[in-house]
Amino acid sequence: MELTDLSMLELAAKLAAGEVSSVEVTRACLARIAQVDGKVKAFLCLDEKGALAAAEASDARRKAGSPASPLDGVPIGVKDLFLTEGVPTTAGSRILEGFSPPYDSTVVGLLKKAGLPIVGKLNLDEFAMGSSNESSAYGPTHNPWALDRTPGGSSGGSAAAVAAREVFGALGTDTGGSIRQPAAFTNLVGIKPTYGRVSRYGVIAYASSLDQVGPMARTVPDTAALLQLIAQHDPLDSTSAPVEAPNYSEDLEGGVRGLKLGVPREYFIEGMDPEVEATVRQAMAAYERLGATLVEVSLPHTKYALATYYLLAPAEASSNLARYDGVRYGLRAKDAKGLREMYGQSRDRGFGSEVKHRIMLGTYALSAGYYDAYYVRAQKVRTLIRQDFTKAFEQVDAILSPASPVPPFKLGEKTDNPLSMYLMDVFTLPCNLAGLPGLSLPCGFTKSNLPIGLQILGKPFDEARLLRIARAFEREHDFSRRLAPL
Amino acid sequence: MPLSDFQPVIGLEVHAQLLTKSKIFCGCSTEFGAEPNRNTCPVCLGMPGVLPVLNQRVVEFAVRTGLALGCTIKKTSIWSRKNYFYPDLPKGYQITQFDQPICEWGKLTIDTPEGEKVINIRRIHMEEDAGKNVHDAAVGESLVDLNRAGVPLLEIVSEPDLRNADEAVEYLKALREVLVYLGVNDGNLEEGSFRCDANVSVMRKGDTKYGTRVELKNINSYRFIKQAIEYEISRHVDVIEAGGKIDQETRLWDTQRYESRSMRSKEEAHDYRYFPEPDLPPLHVADALIDQMAQGLPELPRPKLQRFMSQYGLPAYDAKLLCSERPLAEFFEACAQHSKDYKKLSNWFQGELARLLNESAGAVTISTLKFTPAQLAELLTAVEKGTLSNNAAKDVLGEMFRTGKAPDAIIAEKGLAQVSDSGAVEAVVDEILAKNAGEVEKYRAGKKQIFGFFVGQVMKAMKGKGNPTLVNDLLKKKLGD
Repeated sequence: MELTDLSMLELAAKLAAGEVSSVEVTRACLARIAQVDGKVKAFLCLDEKGALAAAEASDARRKAGSPASPLDGVPIGVKDLFLTEGVPTTAGSRILEGFSPPYDSTVVGLLKKAGLPIVGKLNLDEFAMGSSNESSAYGPTHNPWALDRTPGGSSGGSAAAVAAREVFGALGTDTGGSIRQPAAFTNLVGIKPTYGRVSRYGVIAYASSLDQVGPMARTVPDTAALLQLIAQHDPLDSTSAPVEAPNYSEDLEGGVRGLKLGVPREYFIEGMDPEVEATVRQAMAAYERLGATLVEVSLPHTKYALATYYLLAPAEASSNLARYDGVRYGLRAKDAKGLREMYGQSRDRGFGSEVKHRIMLGTYALSAGYYDAYYVRAQKVRTLIRQDFTKAFEQVDAILSPASPVPPFKLGEKTDNPLSMYLMDVFTLPCNLAGLPGLSLPCGFTKSNLPIGLQILGKPFDEARLLRIARAFEREHDFSRRLAPL
Repeated sequence: MPLSDFQPVIGLEVHAQLLTKSKIFCGCSTEFGAEPNRNTCPVCLGMPGVLPVLNQRVVEFAVRTGLALGCTIKKTSIWSRKNYFYPDLPKGYQITQFDQPICEWGKLTIDTPEGEKVINIRRIHMEEDAGKNVHDAAVGESLVDLNRAGVPLLEIVSEPDLRNADEAVEYLKALREVLVYLGVNDGNLEEGSFRCDANVSVMRKGDTKYGTRVELKNINSYRFIKQAIEYEISRHVDVIEAGGKIDQETRLWDTQRYESRSMRSKEEAHDYRYFPEPDLPPLHVADALIDQMAQGLPELPRPKLQRFMSQYGLPAYDAKLLCSERPLAEFFEACAQHSKDYKKLSNWFQGELARLLNESAGAVTISTLKFTPAQLAELLTAVEKGTLSNNAAKDVLGEMFRTGKAPDAIIAEKGLAQVSDSGAVEAVVDEILAKNAGEVEKYRAGKKQIFGFFVGQVMKAMKGKGNPTLVNDLLKKKLGD
């Protein structure tokens, strides 16, 4: 077994036992990246020097007997949406070309404090807008399970890097499924925590009321350990919840006996891939064998979730992306005459078509005369969707569904049809609208060896239970142990 | 039809910079005049990924102001984004309050030639200021200074209750006075920490429907606001008289050419695309905070003025002047504790003290005087008792103002004490009358108008220190009147 094939916690145990040093393992990651990233294209930028310096510092702490955290010395990567002091951050966009942030995002700061070397910045759909990584200005990332396929999006680079064993874990963000869908496409565990559970400070905003940061890793215990490091109140984020995080690793093996798991009637839609449906239903049956009760629940407003999302997210995005105007940082059209032309040309050259598309949608939805018909109405529907979940959670402890209606699709397959691309988020985005935690778990493969994910949704701040439910399945199945054929 | 057939209608929007030490959504300093872009951080620069954290002091100041102006304080208010592009607006939107501001429906009383008038205040909301663009024509460059970006402002919006430029100026003065009294604003028009937009329209007298309004932007002196409003009123009347129509637009006042100019018309007006700020939760104001702010309210200028008239028996003019600034009123009251002749005290405030303060050109203010109220009172008591002449007292006050020395020390040092010893004065009077026997004869013969000559001679001999009453009395007695 290669060093890079280990799970985070397996590696942590070896680091603790002194069998391997952080510098060795960081070098192993860099070598693996040199070997495979030409095919995967997960990284936008490597920080070899920074990572090795962090690894050295970690080894020194180990030697002194004072590791900074259980994952001290474990190399990871972060989505290029997280600000990293002195390391280029692009959000997958040309408009931030040449931008080197003057500060660390809170979560990056927490990872550094916990001693994890950050190897580099991972590809994503431009400003996290997309479900396939194809809208990145720097080219698509390839799925390590099938290089002609997408790893999903928008945290596709994060997913691919972990699945390709270039790093042991990664951080992504999830606005409408951007952690869970790529996790499902690459056979990873990914969790989108409750809105407010993890700080958004220093994370480039897409849609502020929906964005949430979360970990992606190869196993449930790894995911729990990584979440532990970042789940805390941040006074710099006014939407961060002043709620202390429990110990996510403590109760992982508690099983599901006696739990009621909801199966939403509305989540098995027409057009769903038959292999996905069959695999997810098998996983649900497995939970019954493990002692849980399946209960059919109804989330009647699900059919409006997609439309609601694609009004609210672009509305917020149109405002959040206004700061990229060429005045203070990033790309500026230098030959433009006058202010208006400079704005226009800088933004025209800097933004890709998906981003422009959503800025226009959002600008329209917020404009005078349409605000009530679109934005206000969407907010009302959002409330109804939230109430659906509240009602369902009166009956059940968690909800099960597919993470994606289809297995990983081919690169280029959906790029001409934005609506079909938007449908990729149909199972994941209601959870963002409701601010709830959601987890994606490897639950099987198609006949052609493409990963399939099971989604588990929970009550606010119930991440520990989601992880426990996921772990119960993972313990009985070997899907998480399978490695991408790369 | 003449101007007098029209009724102007004016509403004002005042932007008052709050006297907090740090900005509204970050910890940067609000200090004025720092080197460009010195008082900035990722948050107020609108860097990618930043989030706002509300400065609680701003809420306290808004509540304080709302209570002083009799507003309803909303228990829950909402932050919104106002979206527009401008180089001095780092995020591409301003965080402000829109449809649910923190304070609503208050009043402010002003004086008009027809008596008191109540102006209704529609709303008060909190917001962040933008930065400043500096255009260097010589180099053909525009530079952006974001020191002011994120400085907290209160916007105070009146109903269109004002009917002429003088009322508008009165309203601004009264509002400024209240804000400065509350300690929430420094009232500095030149530095732009108190500035206003005016909405002006005219309608024919008797009409009930307001005319089309024009917004005059960012005016920062009473003189300019009066000029601009008066100009705008007559421009409207001229246009309407000529059969034209007023365009709803934003105009600016050209202080050089004494005219208003169009900035942008309604057609090109911004669509600000307001929506609730997702990075800030709704603002809840606790009852305890409202109570605390209410208890901490100072006596406001208008009630204070009434009290000065009744308690000290001062004329309205004096009371208004003394109450125009809180430290002035407080200094006066401290002096009044040691003195009984309040009117005379008031005269000294308006005369000598005002003159000295003026001459210092801002170097000394009522708050930084070197002498105490007790010392000023002591000085005036000396005049009252006749131990110091009025003129000598002025000299002593000047010396106190400059050096902070105690009045009795100055009087002793300069030998300014008035001679009221009747024996000493009588000796001089006798001497003068003896020296001027010829004049005495003429006086006694009926040439009464030369009495002043004798007074002058005595005073001259006494180097001005003779008690004038005593000198007069003795002279009259000796001359046989």
